[in-house]
Amino acid sequence: MTEEVNRPLSCWDLFVTFTLMALQGFGGVQAVVQRILVDQKKWLTPKGFLEDWSVAQTLPGPHVVNLTLMLGDRYFGGKGAVCAIAGLMLAPCTLVLCFAALYQGMHDLPAIRSMLHAMGCVVSGMIMGNALRLLSGLKGNPMGLPICYALLTIGFLVVAVWRIPLALAWLMVGVPSGVWAWRCMVRRQGVA
Amino acid sequence: MSLSWSDWLHMVLHFLSLSLITFGGVVAAAPDMHRYFVDQQHWLSDPQFNSSITLAQIAPGPNVLFVAILGWTLGVQAGGGMQAGPIAWAWGVLAAFLCLLGILGPSGCLTLLVNRWGTRYQDKLAVRAFKAGMAPLLIALMFSTGWLLLPPIQADAQHASGLLLTAASVVMMWKTRIHVLWMLSFGALLGLLGWV
Repeated sequence: MTEEVNRPLSCWDLFVTFTLMALQGFGGVQAVVQRILVDQKKWLTPKGFLEDWSVAQTLPGPHVVNLTLMLGDRYFGGKGAVCAIAGLMLAPCTLVLCFAALYQGMHDLPAIRSMLHAMGCVVSGMIMGNALRLLSGLKGNPMGLPICYALLTIGFLVVAVWRIPLALAWLMVGVPSGVWAWRCMVRRQGVA
Repeated sequence: MSLSWSDWLHMVLHFLSLSLITFGGVVAAAPDMHRYFVDQQHWLSDPQFNSSITLAQIAPGPNVLFVAILGWTLGVQAGGGMQAGPIAWAWGVLAAFLCLLGILGPSGCLTLLVNRWGTRYQDKLAVRAFKAGMAPLLIALMFSTGWLLLPPIQADAQHASGLLLTAASVVMMWKTRIHVLWMLSFGALLGLLGWV
């Protein structure tokens, strides 16, 4: 494969690129990351992107933030990581706080209140719709679909209905299902 | 409402302790933050919490910024409210920064460590098992976040139309590739017209 890979020219280049990327990300930056880093800037090949993305997804924290830190650090060390993350966060954060301030000043107006209420309904649906979209990723899960759906239901009850702290939910549901998945995988390898 | 130093410290510690379990993104930890801010500490009201998430989703940028708005809202409130002027705003910005630092600090450091030492560990059995085992819980967490944002279920026309709008956006997000900006603008329009 002789695909050419560019690299950012400077920390400033990193900062500007990530700023522009973040400002295009309505409803989350995840959707535009690949288009910008792979297609436009060519800092990563599609294969390299997938590798880095899977590391960013495995670790805790927002995936886009993780990827940003990894790339910044790779090109210019700690300074690069700081510049890249500042690019990703600074402009959107300023913007969103201005939004919040404006809203706090205006939330007595009935029209504004009902507009935000309606948009809230849409956002709630967007997040649930996104979750349902991820269901397709459960195909091929070593635990099998019925167990996955059972775990999903228990997870929902524990977090949304019984309001149990997240750390406890991880211990009660996450750890046992991780161990169970491990057993299923070992058993499958033993058979194969 | 005023917060003592130990309240602030408690809040930052809470975020720090959440950071390393925010697999699947910070939005998946929103139900826990709701539990902490609204149910347990009574620092924010339900509408305040919900509007933080909505505002962050409407604006461009990473979704984790809803944490900054939570901090901002709390800081402004502790500083005497919007009418108190620049001092309250400064408290808001400071609180927003503290919240972001708390939720991103530990996970960011871990990412840098893993990246530096270039451990290609994601093929190991234990890591694959961990990911496979977490997958159902992650979906449950995401779904719970959306669920929490639902308006309280009451049997009147106002709420019914809101739930209808939510149901429509679930289907559009799940089954189509309509851009979120269209969906949000459509919702905004319905709200302005007073239909929802």
